[in-house]
Amino acid sequence: MKALRKGSVVGPVIGILWLFVIATTVAVMMSFITGAAFRPGLIGTLLVGLGLGLAAFRLNDRWALIGAGAVATFLLMMVGFGPVLTGEGVTFIHKLLCALFVGIGAGWPLQAMLGGHTISEMTRHEFEEVIISFLTGFGYVFFTAIVIIPFYVMVMTSLKSQQALLQNPLDFTLDWDKGWGLFRSYQELFTDFGFGGYLWTSFFISVVTVFVTLLFSVPGAYAVARLRFKGAAAFSRSILLIYMVPMIVVALPIYIVFSMTGLRNSLFGLILIYPVTTIPVSLYMLQGYFRGLPAEVEEAGLMDGLSRLAVIWKITLPLSLPALASVSLYVFMIAWNEFLLAFMLLDDPSKFTLTRGVASLNSSEVPRQHLMAGAVIATVPIMVLFLGLEKFMTKGLTAGSVKG
Amino acid sequence: MTTAVPPKGTGPLAKREARLAWGLLFPTIFSVAMVIILPLLSIFWISIKPIGLADLRPPVPVVREQLRGKPAAAGDTATIEYRLRNSSQDTLIEGVTLSDSFPPGVTVTGEIPEGCKQTGTEFFCDFGTIDPKYNNRMKIEVEVGQEYFDWGGHPKDSEPVVTGTADFILTNGEFTLDNFRRVFDGSEFWSVFGVTLAYTVFGTIGAIVVGLFAALLLNNEFRGQGVLRGLYLFPYVAPVIAVAFTWVTLFDPTSGSANELLIRMGVTQEGINFFGQKPLALIMVIVFEIWRYFPLSFLFILARLQSIDTDMYEAADMDGASPFQKFWYLSMPMLLGILSVVFLLRFIWTFNKFDDIFLLTGGNAGTRTLTVNVYEQAFAVSNIGAGAAVAVVVFGCLLVFSIFFFKFISREEGL
Repeated sequence: MKALRKGSVVGPVIGILWLFVIATTVAVMMSFITGAAFRPGLIGTLLVGLGLGLAAFRLNDRWALIGAGAVATFLLMMVGFGPVLTGEGVTFIHKLLCALFVGIGAGWPLQAMLGGHTISEMTRHEFEEVIISFLTGFGYVFFTAIVIIPFYVMVMTSLKSQQALLQNPLDFTLDWDKGWGLFRSYQELFTDFGFGGYLWTSFFISVVTVFVTLLFSVPGAYAVARLRFKGAAAFSRSILLIYMVPMIVVALPIYIVFSMTGLRNSLFGLILIYPVTTIPVSLYMLQGYFRGLPAEVEEAGLMDGLSRLAVIWKITLPLSLPALASVSLYVFMIAWNEFLLAFMLLDDPSKFTLTRGVASLNSSEVPRQHLMAGAVIATVPIMVLFLGLEKFMTKGLTAGSVKG
Repeated sequence: MTTAVPPKGTGPLAKREARLAWGLLFPTIFSVAMVIILPLLSIFWISIKPIGLADLRPPVPVVREQLRGKPAAAGDTATIEYRLRNSSQDTLIEGVTLSDSFPPGVTVTGEIPEGCKQTGTEFFCDFGTIDPKYNNRMKIEVEVGQEYFDWGGHPKDSEPVVTGTADFILTNGEFTLDNFRRVFDGSEFWSVFGVTLAYTVFGTIGAIVVGLFAALLLNNEFRGQGVLRGLYLFPYVAPVIAVAFTWVTLFDPTSGSANELLIRMGVTQEGINFFGQKPLALIMVIVFEIWRYFPLSFLFILARLQSIDTDMYEAADMDGASPFQKFWYLSMPMLLGILSVVFLLRFIWTFNKFDDIFLLTGGNAGTRTLTVNVYEQAFAVSNIGAGAAVAVVVFGCLLVFSIFFFKFISREEGL
């Protein structure tokens, strides 16, 4: 075991493993960007990884390591044994870029992982630190890749044409000559498929859902948090049980009743159902927040002659604006993303919500880029909200993520 | 200072407070009862009913009124025609009556059909019981007087009213156990159950392990940490429909980028049908589940990690603990509570998940879970009763889980 902890063993092993990670990443990245063939090469990975892994102990300058990595990669690629192998149609510039990316991607992190450690025997502490920094680096690359690739494909596919996609599904380079023509799918969705209306319907339903949810859950949450009555604890606990009810089970009887009463295919029907699915989670989140507010302020209000409802309106609500924002965002997100009920209850294209509209694009007659453009249209508003108000959203998610 | 002790018994103030509390809770309780509890209970009723998708419209008598003959001047004759039919193909309707009022200035010249009578302009018929597929015309000869043209309206302005009661499958006394027999019949049920368990167990554990990894990454302080945290939440925040279709596009067997990439890298010779082959489809669906829900567990775990006191780690450093030892002997025990809570919640929610699989594979290629089966039976096979029977099975499983859940969750305060 101790022999394994020698810097002269750890360095090369980490170097090779890391280079493998980087070579794969660069190959995948270059393939997705240029559409040409790139793949990791075994011999080059071994050679460069070995070299950099050993050099990282000596070269204490990260720029030197980056330079060495890039040059070695480039030279090996020229003779056909590079860490990244290229197929036909790869230009010289792309090869150069490739080598540069491998150099930066390998040199910098390896310096951070191994630099400053001794080439002779490491302590257990040092050894584990190296392993952890390797795993950390791998984690960042891995998570960033798995999150970005699907969204990248979604956006890029929506900007391509059907023939181009069939010819080379990897080629995501954009034809800039088209200018605004790039957005043809979006334009067609709005003019021919009525997506403007869907966008409005979704927005309207989500906002109404948020308001009705707050209207119902604020008094309820206040009662559970502040008032003393028999069954308060049991109630606040059993409200959690509502989360465990699968929507599909409830949707079946709702479908039957709505079919018989003619509420199917009406937005009013959806508005009857949506808030109820979010009231429990909202009540649960709000009561937690209300409990944290100082009761003295409210008692002072009561002493001064306010009624309970006036206390809620004039004291509790202004104090809990951040919580209301979190809850509203979370509820908005649930309503906006809701698919199952909209799918089951709406058949009339003039009344579709956005998610239902996107689902209707999933047929063999509609080209793929339209489907992806629809997906982008459904995703962008919620993402803008999310990025703009990330703090509230994260809070809402953590408190409410009991619901999946 | 002594703590205040609440008085024994309920005084008038306490009673008023309790009344107010229930009043404030009433909207919530009422709506949840109507939309969640009531449908949940009705599932049991539906599951023992022989009901299909086509039975949802209760049979009704339908009538259409027409004035034939185009009267042009006073004294012309015309025909009022009622066409009555039974909307159902297999149920008879009892006590069918029709009532209508004739336009002014119309006098009946021909015979009044059997069972009908006329008082002034009011016209009433009693058909008794009409058979399934009943479809009959009834003609009444009339003469149109000047009054009719002065009136200027249209005979259809007064809609004929028909009534009748029919046996409706959801409310009659017919019960069956066929639905359950169909659900449990053969090996299909156990394969569905097995797929559900595999999906739930691996999906949950995978999402938690990956989420733990992500949380440990983001627990380091560095520039851009906020950006990465936001980015890693994307899969969960985006609408399921958008990301599911993106995955389907990405992994398409003929025109998917993932296959093209694998072919170019020399991993495979021809396109792999990721969502259409038997074991692979289930694996892909589980991978999707992990991808989509790791952000959730990572948020939970990160929140807990950041609330751990750093003193403990400093003490461990002084004692010479290695990084792995610190993780295993200090962080893990602190995380165990939140991990078990997340596990139980995710387990139940993954078990309930419907949208993801439905959108990715439609329940084909060995990915049909119980919830997808509810939809499949009720809408694809058009047998609502069988769908409800599967829903009852789902409900039973959940009941067992919730008992577990409450035993554990009550120990983990704060949630």
